Amino acid sequence: MKNKKLKNKITTFLIVIAAYAIVEILLLTGNMSSLLQGLLVPLCTYSLCAVGLNLCVGYLGELSLGHAGFMCIGAFTGAFFSVTTADVIQSDTVRFLLALVIGTACAALFGFLIAIPVLRLNGDYLAIVTLAFGEIIKNVINVLYVGKDSQGWHVSINSQAELGLEPGGVTYINGAQGITGTPHSSNFTIGVILVLIALFVVYNLTDSRTGRAIMSIRDNQIAAESVGINVKKYKLLGFTVSTAIAGTAGVLYAHNLSTLTALPKNFGYNMSIMILVFVVLGGIGNFRGSVIAACILTLLPELLRGLSDYRMLIYAVVLIAMMLFNWAPDAIFFREQIVAKFKKGGREV
Amino acid sequence: MAFENWMLLSRFLIQASLLKLVTSKEVIIKKRVISAVLAAAMVCGLLSGCGGNGGGKASADSDTFRIGGIGPVTGAAAIYGSAVRNAEQIAVDEINEAGGINGYQVSLQFEDDEHDAEKSVNAYNSLKDWGMQILAGTVTTTPCIAVADKTAADGMFEITPSASSTDVIKNDNVFQVCFTDPNQGSASAKYISDKGLGSKIGIIYDSSDVYSSGIYAKFKEEAASLGLEIVSESAFTADSNTDFSVQLQDAKDAGADLMFLPFYYQQAAIVLKQAKDMGFAPAFFGVDGMDGILTLENFDTSLAEGVMLLTPFAADASDEKTQAFVAKYNEKYGETPNQFAADAYDAIYIIKAAIESANVTPDMSVEEIGTALKGAMPSISYDGLTGSGMKWEATGEVNKDPKGVVIQNGVYVSID
Repeated sequence: MKNKKLKNKITTFLIVIAAYAIVEILLLTGNMSSLLQGLLVPLCTYSLCAVGLNLCVGYLGELSLGHAGFMCIGAFTGAFFSVTTADVIQSDTVRFLLALVIGTACAALFGFLIAIPVLRLNGDYLAIVTLAFGEIIKNVINVLYVGKDSQGWHVSINSQAELGLEPGGVTYINGAQGITGTPHSSNFTIGVILVLIALFVVYNLTDSRTGRAIMSIRDNQIAAESVGINVKKYKLLGFTVSTAIAGTAGVLYAHNLSTLTALPKNFGYNMSIMILVFVVLGGIGNFRGSVIAACILTLLPELLRGLSDYRMLIYAVVLIAMMLFNWAPDAIFFREQIVAKFKKGGREV
Repeated sequence: MAFENWMLLSRFLIQASLLKLVTSKEVIIKKRVISAVLAAAMVCGLLSGCGGNGGGKASADSDTFRIGGIGPVTGAAAIYGSAVRNAEQIAVDEINEAGGINGYQVSLQFEDDEHDAEKSVNAYNSLKDWGMQILAGTVTTTPCIAVADKTAADGMFEITPSASSTDVIKNDNVFQVCFTDPNQGSASAKYISDKGLGSKIGIIYDSSDVYSSGIYAKFKEEAASLGLEIVSESAFTADSNTDFSVQLQDAKDAGADLMFLPFYYQQAAIVLKQAKDMGFAPAFFGVDGMDGILTLENFDTSLAEGVMLLTPFAADASDEKTQAFVAKYNEKYGETPNQFAADAYDAIYIIKAAIESANVTPDMSVEEIGTALKGAMPSISYDGLTGSGMKWEATGEVNKDPKGVVIQNGVYVSID
């Protein structure tokens, strides 16, 4: 049993490392299109998100529709740190690493605070509250104005003019226009390392005593309580780790684009649902599946650009087909048959 | 593109046949090895399949200028992107029919960005794979800021028809066809003050929109220095843009005699309707986003009587150029072009003027073209649909006069 789990873990790490190696080789030999080069960091970002949410959905057993909101917090705190300290910290790498730490910590903090009241709920109720929370984050950031001049910091929630900056003052967060000029510090290597770290964390967490406690709560809360498991503590822990990973993804996202705005498109509930789609398609509780599904579903609409007007339509159809192929009972049966054939072929050796 | 798809398809076919081989009982290899090989083949196929065009840049035909366009043609902002795509296509077709630019043909490729910065960068990269040399985009502001960063890094020449924020042109390779937001704000305030159109001003603006809040911020600043009194200002967001009775009531109670509406015509139509219903009849003043209100479906144009707006383009203007363009657009796409379309049409012709002035040829590299066009821009003067004698600062900002029009009997009439 233990051996199998270990093998499973190692396979996942090897797949990520192999993918990284292949990409690097293609990059070095100049065989990769600009489109794909541009997609490498988003692939890591969405993989991270999916891994984070999978911990929440698959192991904690709680449906969160607010992960885009936590990603948003990570993105904005990370980017805010980077633009404000751009002059102070010269080294790009050091600044980015600090931004990663700060973004992750802030997302975790908010995740923790939100989780205290929210985890009293479960199931659909929790889903709706997290959904609302994600929208609140997005809307608050859309009215937030932060600037700095020689007098110090100015904050407003009405308009940029209300900041009353002296001439020469800089507006860092400009309401709906968000943060512009975030340094372009994300790269594929850092992205892959973060994915590996996230996988390492979630695998070890779920494989530990803590993880088993979390899973026992998922399976039967009353039974778990009756054997003395501190339900609140473990729920909080699981949810916070999950949001922290989403925050890391946000920082990576923010440092890949020079403009960061909290639009419904990138941090709205549609994004939360998209992340959930990665998780469900890849298999609930299956981290490797999450990473693969996130990669495929992020690549797909871009690779379908050749279809121009029909692109999004075909994308939707493919999504339905993939979901059916992966999870419809008949499709599973069909796949098992194929696998059985494989095995038969092998046995005749 | 087609080539890529064929590559992918053939790879899948090969994999499928491999699978068949594997499942037939004669092949004696361990299952696990096969699946590993298959997986590797799949990954390689996927990655290099779309990498096939990576080296294609150098082999781009040397007798065609490749112009790329980016904008939202799906999603909520699709109407703007589609207008730009259509108009760019018309301009490119016209140029090609007339013998091209300096004898070189032009090809246009337009990619969707869904009004999303990340998707926009993907679209840009995809166009680069296609061999784009000049970018006529992007349509909306936020994605444009992200893409402008990439074009600056690649040294590519970029002209945006309609991304109006000042952040867009902070790199010296990007030029605008439209006014910048602050320009519109200050021009509006000056206009109202110079013509004495109103003394107590009420403002409604969209705080979730960069365009609207950009104009509003500058208008307010300029109004203060011109001594215009702003008696009411209220905001709405993209989530609450269907009911304006609260904002209008506030303006009415404050005794506003002129309402400044710096946002798009869809919302303006509702504002006009609701103002009439509550018996509130100040003067209304809009900006270029108001253009299009007369062609809005199911809109009672009598509501717009007397509305003033600053716009660079009016579809029913009587000059020959505009009429020819409107007729062509109507014939091809069955609708009246809006201001975005006009800006995009101009953008392509401005590229043409810049190419002719700088004498670049399609066999030059992207950076060479970029540097040459960038240098040529401040020296050209262009008469187009959205202004005559348009000139550019080296910073990328356009100099053209805003035209003030008032709606009378359902048509635009110049205020001057």
